Amino acid sequence: MEKTLKKYFPIFVLPTLIAFTIAFIIPFILGVYLSFCDFNTVTNAKFIGFGNYSKAFSINREFINALWFTIKFTIISVTTINIFAFLLALSLTREIKGTNIFRTIFFMPNLIGGIVLGYIWQLIINGILYKFEVTLTFNAKYGFWGLVALMNWQLIGYMMIIYIAGIQNVPEDLIEAAKIDGATPVQILKKIIIPMVMPSITICLFLTLSNSFKLFDQNLALTAGAPSKKTTMLALDIYNTFYGRSGFEGVGQAKAVIFFILVAAIAITQLVITRKKEVESE
Amino acid sequence: MMRKLKKVAAFAMATTMFASSLIGCGSSSTDTSATTNSITTEANDTTKKDAATKGAEEIYFLNFKPESADVYNEIVTRYEAESGVKVKVVTAASGTYETTLKSEIAKTDAPTIFQINGPVGYQTWKDYCADLSKTDLYNNLTDKGLAVSEGEGVYGIPYAVEGYGIIYNDEIMQKYFALEDKAVSILSTEEIKNFATLKSVVEDMTKHVKDLGIDGVFANTSLAEGNQWRWQTHLANLPLYYEFSENKDYDTTTAAGLAADEIQFKYEENYKNIFDLYINNSTVAPTLLGAKTVDDSMAEFALGKCAMVQNGNWAWGQISGLEGNVVKEDSIKYLPIYTGVAGEENQGLCIGTENYFAINNEVSPEKQQASIDFLNWLFSSDTGKAFVSNDLKFIAPFTTFSDAQRPTDPLAKQIFAWMENGSITVNWTFAAFPSEEFKNYFGSALLEYAQGNATWDDVVSVVKESWASERAAAK
Repeated sequence: MEKTLKKYFPIFVLPTLIAFTIAFIIPFILGVYLSFCDFNTVTNAKFIGFGNYSKAFSINREFINALWFTIKFTIISVTTINIFAFLLALSLTREIKGTNIFRTIFFMPNLIGGIVLGYIWQLIINGILYKFEVTLTFNAKYGFWGLVALMNWQLIGYMMIIYIAGIQNVPEDLIEAAKIDGATPVQILKKIIIPMVMPSITICLFLTLSNSFKLFDQNLALTAGAPSKKTTMLALDIYNTFYGRSGFEGVGQAKAVIFFILVAAIAITQLVITRKKEVESE
Repeated sequence: MMRKLKKVAAFAMATTMFASSLIGCGSSSTDTSATTNSITTEANDTTKKDAATKGAEEIYFLNFKPESADVYNEIVTRYEAESGVKVKVVTAASGTYETTLKSEIAKTDAPTIFQINGPVGYQTWKDYCADLSKTDLYNNLTDKGLAVSEGEGVYGIPYAVEGYGIIYNDEIMQKYFALEDKAVSILSTEEIKNFATLKSVVEDMTKHVKDLGIDGVFANTSLAEGNQWRWQTHLANLPLYYEFSENKDYDTTTAAGLAADEIQFKYEENYKNIFDLYINNSTVAPTLLGAKTVDDSMAEFALGKCAMVQNGNWAWGQISGLEGNVVKEDSIKYLPIYTGVAGEENQGLCIGTENYFAINNEVSPEKQQASIDFLNWLFSSDTGKAFVSNDLKFIAPFTTFSDAQRPTDPLAKQIFAWMENGSITVNWTFAAFPSEEFKNYFGSALLEYAQGNATWDDVVSVVKESWASERAAAK
C-alpha cells in the first residue's frame, strides 16, 4: 500500500501542482524578476539590476514612513485584538444565556468586505468628528486610531471563535482537580487555560500579525493615506508606487519583494517562538 | 532507434506547442502567423489581404469618461449595425484610468483605442502610440497644433475642447445686486472684471447669506482624496500660466512648462488670494474639506445652496441630472477666475484639452485601421457627429463640425460666447505639470493648509520642491 502510494504520488499531486505553479509560483518568480527591471507594462520589461531597490529607499521617505506607521499599527492592533478576543471567548464559554447569539453577532463583522467596512467607518467617524468641525484627515492620529478601531471590530469576532474552540478543548478534569487543590480562578487561567490554548494563541497571533501587516483595503477606504500620506501603510504605498507613478513600476515591485521578505520573516519568527510554548495534555 | 526518434519528435512537438501557446499569451501582436510560417508566405499574403478587405472584426476602446459610458454603449451598437465591426467599450472608474490602462494593455486582447492626457502622458505610453499624421482625423483638426506630436509623427488627437471658470447662478447674483444695503456699487456680475471687485462682492455676499437664502457663496472646496483636481490642476493652471507666459523662448506656455526643471511659483500670492476666498466664503468650514467630494460640491450648486462653483462645461450633466435641481438653464453663467494679476481685466476662461485619442501600435494593422475608421465615423459621419454634439456634448475641434452642430447645453454655449468676445483665453498649461504625483503633493499641502496644520509658505515650498523632484525623476 505504502509502496503504491509512493509510486503514484506524482500523479496524484500533479493537478494541484500545476494549479499552484500557474497561480502562484510563476507569478511569484515573474514578480521577483520584474523587481530588477524597468517597465511600464509587464510585457516590455528591461533588466536593470538593483536600481529599483536603492530607489525604493532613496527617492523619498515614503516607504520608510509607511513601514513605521505599519509597525506601530501592527503592535497596537495585534495586542488589542488578541486581548479583547480572548476576554470575549472566556466570558462566552461560561454558561451564559444566549451564548450562541452573542458568538454569531461578534463574528458577523468579519463577513463584511474590507472596502465596505472602511467606508462605513469613515461615515461613522466623520459623523462624530463633524460635531467638532474636523474630519478624519485633520490629523494622522485620527486615521491611525480609526484604523485600529476598524481592525479590532473586524477581527475580534474571528479570533474569538478560535479561542472559544481552544478553551472548550481544555479537559474539565484538569480544572476540577486544580479547584480541589485550592487554585484561584487567576491561577487556573494562568497555569492551565493559557498553556492549554497555546496552539490557538499561535494561530491567532499569526493571523492578526499578518493581516495587520498586509492591511490594504481598509486603509484605502478609510483614509487613502490622507493627510499627506501620513496614514499610508506598506501595501497601499506599494500600490501607489506601482500604479500611481509612471516609470516607478519597477520600484513598486522592488518594494513588494522587500515587503514579502519582511512579512515572511516576522511570521516565521513568531511561529517558532509561540510553537515552543505549546504543551500537550497527557 | 526508430522508436526513440519518434519519442524525441513527439517531445519536441509538444514543447513547441506549449511554447507557442505561451508566446500567444504574452505578446500582444496578433500576426504571429505571418512570422512563424515563413515557408507559406504566399498563402499568408492572401489571407492577410482577405483580412484587410474584411477588416478587423472587433476593436477595443478604453473609455476615460465615466459620465459618457452609457452614450458610448449606444454609439457602438449603432456602429456595429452600420459597419459590422464590433467595438468593445470598457470604462475605467473615475480616477483609475492609468491603472486600468496599465493592466489592460498588457493583455492579449489589448485596447486598440486609448487615451493619453497630453505630452506628459505621451512620454509614459510612447511605446504604444501609433503615428496618426496620415489620418483624416488629424487632417480635420481645426488647429493642428492641438495634437500631441513628436518630430514628424502625431501620436495623440484631441477630441474634446473644454473650458472652466467660476460658474455662477445669476438668479442668486441678481438677488444680491438688488439688495439695498449691498456694499458694492456695481449692478451685475458681468461688471466683475478683477479680483478686487470679486473679493468685495463675495465677502459682502457672505454677510448676506441669510437674505440670499444660501449656505455660502462658493460651493465647498472639495479636498477629499481623488477630488482635489479642481485645485491642484485647474486652479494651479492660472499662476503657472502667467509664470510661463513670461518665458519668451517658447511659443506656448505648455512648451515653456515642459522645459522648466524648476519653477519660481512667482504668482503664489495670487493663488492664495483666490484659494482663501474660496475656503473662507464657502458652505462649510475649511476644516471639514477633507471629506468633501466634487459631487458634493456640484450638488450644493445644483440645489441652490451656493451661488458659485469653480468647474467646467463637463459639469452640466451633474447639475441638470441632479434630482430637485433649482438652477435655471438661462441663469447659469461663467466668470473667469480672477486672481489679482495685473491686466486680468481682459482674461477669459481657461480653455483647452487633456483628452487625446491614441491608437495602440502593438495590435495588428487591421485592428489599428478599424480603430481609426471608427473614430473617423464618430467625428465625421452625420450619425456620429449627432452623438458627439447631442449626447457626448463634446466641443469637438474638427472642421467636420459646422457651427450648427455644436453642443447646445448652457455651459458649452457660454464657452463659445467667451471664446468669441475678445478676451484672452488662458491655455491649459497643466499639461506640462511633471506628474500626477506632483499634483497629489500639491493637493495634500492644500488640505493641510485649509485645516490649519500648515502655513502658506509650507504649501509654496512643497509646490516648488515637488516640481523639481518630480521633473528630475521623470528624466
